[in-house]
This record gives sequence, C-alpha cells and structure tokens, in this order.
Amino acid sequence: MSNTSWETLSNQAIAAAGVVYFLALMAHLVEWSALRTVPVTKAAKVAVPAGVASTASADETPDAATDEAKTYRIEMFGRLGLLLTIIAVAAHFVGLVGRGMAADPNRVPWGNMYEFTITGSFVVAAGYLLLRKRYGLSWMGPIVTAIVLVLLMVAVLWLYDPVAPLTEALLSYWLVIHVVSAIIATGAFTLGGITSALYLIKARAESRGKVTDRGYVARLPSLPTLDRVSYRIHAFGFPVWTFAVLISGPIWAHQAWSSYWNWDPKEVCAFITWVIYAAYLHARATAGWRGRNAAILALVGVASLWFNFIGINYFSTTSQHSYANGAPVVDMRLR
Amino acid sequence: MSDTKAEGAEQTGTWQPSGDRDHHRRPGELTPWELVRWAWRQLTSMRTALVLLLLLALGAIPGSVIPQRGVDALKTQDWQTAHPHLTPIYDRLGLFGVYHSPWFAAIYLLLMVSLVGCIVPRLFVYWGGYRAEPPTAPRNLTRLPDHAAYSTDDEPDVVLERAGRLLSRRHRVSAGDGWVAAERGQLREAGNLLFHLSVLVVLVGFGIGSLFGYKGGVILVVGNGFSNSLTQYDDFDPGGLFDAAKMEPFCFTVNDFKVQWIQSGPRQGMARGFQAPITYRESCQGDPSTWSPKKSYDLEVNHPLTIGGTQIFLIGHGYAPVVTVRDAQGHVLYNGPTVFLPESSNFESFGVIKAPGLKAGQDIGLQGLFYPTFALVNGDPVNVMGDDKNPTLSMLAYVGDLGLDSGVPQSVYEMDKAGMKLLKKPDGKMFRVDLQPGQTIQLPDAAGSVTFHGVKHWTRLQISRTPHVALTLLGVILALVGLLGSLFIRPRRVWVRARRQDGTTLVEVAALDRSGGGDLTAVLSSVVDALQSDRRTAKETTG
Repeated sequence: MSNTSWETLSNQAIAAAGVVYFLALMAHLVEWSALRTVPVTKAAKVAVPAGVASTASADETPDAATDEAKTYRIEMFGRLGLLLTIIAVAAHFVGLVGRGMAADPNRVPWGNMYEFTITGSFVVAAGYLLLRKRYGLSWMGPIVTAIVLVLLMVAVLWLYDPVAPLTEALLSYWLVIHVVSAIIATGAFTLGGITSALYLIKARAESRGKVTDRGYVARLPSLPTLDRVSYRIHAFGFPVWTFAVLISGPIWAHQAWSSYWNWDPKEVCAFITWVIYAAYLHARATAGWRGRNAAILALVGVASLWFNFIGINYFSTTSQHSYANGAPVVDMRLR
Repeated sequence: MSDTKAEGAEQTGTWQPSGDRDHHRRPGELTPWELVRWAWRQLTSMRTALVLLLLLALGAIPGSVIPQRGVDALKTQDWQTAHPHLTPIYDRLGLFGVYHSPWFAAIYLLLMVSLVGCIVPRLFVYWGGYRAEPPTAPRNLTRLPDHAAYSTDDEPDVVLERAGRLLSRRHRVSAGDGWVAAERGQLREAGNLLFHLSVLVVLVGFGIGSLFGYKGGVILVVGNGFSNSLTQYDDFDPGGLFDAAKMEPFCFTVNDFKVQWIQSGPRQGMARGFQAPITYRESCQGDPSTWSPKKSYDLEVNHPLTIGGTQIFLIGHGYAPVVTVRDAQGHVLYNGPTVFLPESSNFESFGVIKAPGLKAGQDIGLQGLFYPTFALVNGDPVNVMGDDKNPTLSMLAYVGDLGLDSGVPQSVYEMDKAGMKLLKKPDGKMFRVDLQPGQTIQLPDAAGSVTFHGVKHWTRLQISRTPHVALTLLGVILALVGLLGSLFIRPRRVWVRARRQDGTTLVEVAALDRSGGGDLTAVLSSVVDALQSDRRTAKETTG
C-alpha cells in the first residue's frame, strides 16, 4: 500500500471509529434510560440465569411479562453498546496504525497534536475495555464513549494535520518512551477523573437524600467502591506519569535541549499536574481529606492534565513542546 | 507522611496544660519552647506538607503563563512593553522570574524542612518497628469490619497450628494463647520513606546542578573555531556558585553544516537531517605541545558531544552572507560573513552590517533582509523556502556615525541610526542594495560599494555543564522505585482465633488492610477456604 492510501485508510478508520462510538453511546443511552424505569432492587434479578426466570414466566402477571421484555431489551442494548465500543476501538487502532504507516519513513503516530489526541483517546477507550471486568466499570460505558467521541471530534475538526515526517527534535527513541508513558498516564488519569466526578455526584445526591432506587446515580457502585476504584486507577497512573514527566522527559530534554529542566511551560504544567496527583495520593492518607476532597483534587488534576495536553500549545508560544502548528525546526530563540 | 503523622498533629493541635507546675496557666497558653515545638509539629504535619505541596503547584502557575526572564528574555521584554501598567506590579512580585523569587524559594524550603521533619523521625520508628512481632490479635475479632467465622470439629490447637503454617508462607507470624497473628507488607513504608528521601536527593542534586553549572550559547559560522572560555560565549548563564576556573579547556572547529530540505509533501520546505561535523581537542589551552590529539564528531540534534562533564548541542542554524564593503576610495571597510537571524521557519533572515569608515562620519551601515530562495511574485519579493537556491540580499544603506566608538556596547543585530543618514537615489527615490552572489553595487552619493560574494551557514551551539546529573537521575529513579513500593505493596494483618464453644471449635478470622485501598473479602474467604480445605486433606490422609 502506498503512503497516501495508508493515510486515507487512517482517516476513514478514525471517521468510522467516531461513527461507531456514537452508535455505542446511543446504545448505552437506550440501555440506561430503560434502566431508569426499573428499580435497582428489581434489576438485581437481571443477573438470574435466564432458565430460572423462564420457568416462572408462564404464570406471571402481564406486568412481569413486560418486565421480562424490558430486561431483555436492557441487556441487549448493554451488550450492543459494549460490542460497538469494541468495534470502534478496533477501528480506532487501525486509524493509529495507518497514521504511522503513512509516514515516510514509518514511525510511531505521535508527531503532532492530532496524533497525540487520537492516541490519548484510544488509550482512554482501550483502558476502559481492559478494566471493565476487573473493576466493574460497565456504568462508565456511556461516559467513556461520549468523552472519546468528543475528543475525536476535536481532533478531526480542529487539530487535523496531514501526515508529515517528524521534526528533527522528535527523531529519538525517547519519543516512544516518553510519549507512550505520558499518553498511558493521561488515559489512566482520565478514567480516574471520570470515577472521581461520579463519586462527587453520587456523594452530593446522597447527602441531599435524593437517591431513589431508580436512575443512573442509584446504579453507580457504592461510594467506597468508587473511591477505591478511582484510587487504584490513579495509583497506576501516577508512577507512569512520574516516569514520563520526571525521568524520561528530563533525560530526553538533556539530550535535545541541553538541560534536563528548562522551565518550559509544558514542563511546568506537567510538574503542577504531578504535584496535584501527589497531593491526591497524600490526601487519601490524611484523615479529613479522604473521599470528597481527594475526588476534587483528582478533578483539578484532570483539568490541569488536559489543559497541559492541548491548552498550553495555544496559550503559550514560548513552549518548545508546541507541535500544534509546524513547530520551528530547531530552537531559534536568541537571548 | 501517613495517618500516624496526621494523628500526631491533631493531638498536638488540642494541646492541654498538664502537671502542677502549669497550674496557673490558662488553657492554650504556651511557653516559648512549647510554642516552637508546637510550630515544628505543625510544620512537619502531613496536612501542612499537603498544603505546601499545593502551594508549590499554585506558585508554579504564573511561571507557565507569564514569560520568564530566565527562559526567554526577548519575549519577556516584548510582554513588558505591551503591558506598561502591570509590569511594575509583576516585577515587584517577582513574576518574571518566579522560580528564582524569594516567595517561591520560601515555599520549597518550607516543604523541604517539612519533609525532613516528617521523614527522619519516621525512619527511626520504622527501624525500630521492622523487627517487632505482629501485634496480638484483638480480643473480639468480630468487631473488625472484615471478619469471618466458621465452626469445626478440630481442636483449637490443631486449627491454630494449621493457620500458623498457612500464613507463614507470605507473612511474619506470631502466636499466643488461642490466637495467631500474621503481618505482611512492611516494605510499603520502606518504599514510602525511600520515595521521600529520594525527593530530597533530587532537590539537592537539582540545586547543585543549577548552582555550580552553567549554560552558554554561541553562534559559529562554518569554518570558525571556539575555545572554551567566558569571552567566547555570545550569552552565558552561570549558576550562583559557578567557578570559571573549572571550565574544561577544550576547543573545536565547525567544519561544515549539512541540512536536507523536504522538497514535497505537506511539510515541504521543512529542514531536517542537520549535521555539523566538528573537529575538537579535549585540551588545547596553553602550550601547543600539551594539547590533546584532534578528534572529530558529527554533531546532530539529539546527539550532543560530551567532553568531560560539558556537553555541546546543536540547537540552531541560519545564514551568514559574505559581504565586502568598500569606501569611495576602494578601501575595504568590512569583509566577511555576517550572521543574519532567521525571522520565520522559511529562513527569511534579518541582519545588520556595520562597516566603520576610515574617517569619522563615514561609517557605512547596511540593514535588511536575506532571502535564501528569492522570487518576485506580482512584483513583491517573496522567500520561497529555506534552502539557499537563489540567495538574495535586499538592504537599505546608511552613511554617518555608527556610534561604535562611544563606548556603549551595541548589539551586533541592531544598528543605532541616530547618527546615520539613509542613502537615496539621486532622484530622491528609495535605494536598495539588491544583490545576488558575485554582484557589486555602487552606493549613491559616491559613498562606496558593496559586494555580495556568497553565503555561509552558521550554527548555534549550546554548551552546558550540569554537575552531578547522575545523582539527580539516580534520585528520581529511586523515587520511582520507592513510589512503586509504597503504592503497590499492601500492608495487611490477618488474625485467627479459635476456641471451644458448645462442643465445637469456633474459628474467627479477621483481616485489616492498612493501606486503605484493598478489598479484603477475597482475602478472608481465601484464608477460610484454605483452612477448611487443609482440614479436608488432612482428614483424608489420616482416614
């Protein structure tokens, strides 16, 4: 395949992934809106093996029969949503590979903001699929698909850049090490941030006594579970971020820019993010900061993370990390 | 920094007078010594550390938003001229040099003190506690949030012996009358301590690096040499305790500069494949007989040359037109390459040529643009790309006094036009020195002539020395190792109690996760299952 056809494939795969994420989001929305009419206690019966339920259904009241149909519909849309998400992630992956193959010479698809964003959103979606079973994250389906969809739209509409060779400063194996760790941590922190946001929503609803036995919030895992899941995801992300920001980044900076710490805006912002997450981990160990305050810190962390990821490039023109619009080839600053 | 520390802080926070001697004091009144101790406890409490950490993050924000003098002086100047009202306020607050400002230093010094005050006592506690036996089982295990119980026919001693054997696999075990206690994961605290100590190492290493190191830049036209001493640098940024006598005595010559230009595709005109072959000697100052042998190296982006503890980086390039300026009598006033600074990524470059005249008031100054690939599009001069395919100079000429003898240092990239007169054509129209390689132009008013011979490359090199970089790196890596330990080692205690009750043996199992992140139900059920299945296998073998 020629480079241009790889590029076309990549663009089409990303577009297809966007459409399928949208369909997955729709499926999840149908699933959860149908669930709204079923009390939480009743929904527990969904888990009962179909065989048991069907023996009883013969002499059930009509009401139970509609329940049966509803349960079936809910389950089906839930599975459909998951299946569509898997397909979308696969298409997303094809898009990434195509991006790398389209470049000459072939390379990792991390040369500009468009590529960083589609990779970052891929990690969010793939991380959700990987952790779904382990941490019981099925409730995250609609949120993750929505967020990834929005990120992909931002990438395609505003950040798109045609495939191009890497700028000279990026030609280093540290690109792979540094960017992979930064993107994985970004994906993990995003998932952790979603969990923390829902923790806050649920905590607020509970403190106001608004939690009925219906609705999305009622179906979220218990507060301690949300807190624990959030902590575990952050605990995974933090060392990876530490490696990306404070080890591989400075090593590369030392090679490319002559000094391992330059107080470059992106470095500073990454450090701020690191400090916020360090504070989050500390906060969980300090009485009185656990739970709500920790969750707020996690959200501040996510905001700082994504501001750093996209915002800094537009906000600050001094950043040597600004690959947004054909970055200067080599640093041209003169004192 | 953990729960224990925070609890300690809370205790000291609600200090109450005690003892007869303090009888006459009101509650909350402190002697100076007690006040100091109280302040110290407050400072080293985890909550304070947390707040300081957040303050550090908050304090770093202005540095990433407002241009910093130490990072980009030019940009800072532009910003200051654009914001005349804010500048004095910002300046007073130190916002143009956040990372060197007293208040920023105050935050991180306090944080460091807090860290030391927090870590050192805990080091001793950990040292003493590491070898201690797991604590006695609580009397009533069912009061713990995570517990399980089952009844069995086995004697309590048999069950406990079995539990001890079972738990000793991955725990330290102690036993008493009717109970077994097991503990694991003490290395979590070790990881935690290692992390915080390593952070101190990193801070110290970073401090040493920036105090004793330096960073300098120099622009060298291809063919020129450099020897490592202060006077040779164009800009020099030393640390506070930098000692010029310790600079390494190397020297080098830039022999060539190669660059490839992308001819097609979306990044057409982008430069890549920079290479600057240099020859260098590690020692070449003083008597030539003591010089070290010549070596060569191809300097590339991402591939710095290391000489001793100093590194040389290729960080920029540009064009230096070679120009000869003559006066009316044909005397050569100026001859050689002049560094022009690129103004955009297509290397349209701006420069100034200053040719001091033989007599006062007869200096010739040229100021204008260099186009690597010149083209006229609809009558407008356009630079097509960065490659030097059609190099062209287009400058304005001035005559007068350049002010070079005034003693005031001047930038070589700017001309002081106060004493200079712009040359115009005899008919009063605009005169431009438009030249291509090999061409010569006569200046109006018989001021002289300018010859453009061709163009050379220049390279911008950054030379820096950061002492003890390895110490800092080691610190960060140890910090990561410690961090992994403190996050993923799960300290856990498991207790088993067994006693006879109503003719059977009641076995109670309880577990406590001290990290607060664990899910203990699985642990409990696995312990109970193991105890029971072990009994089964034991029965099978005996029966």
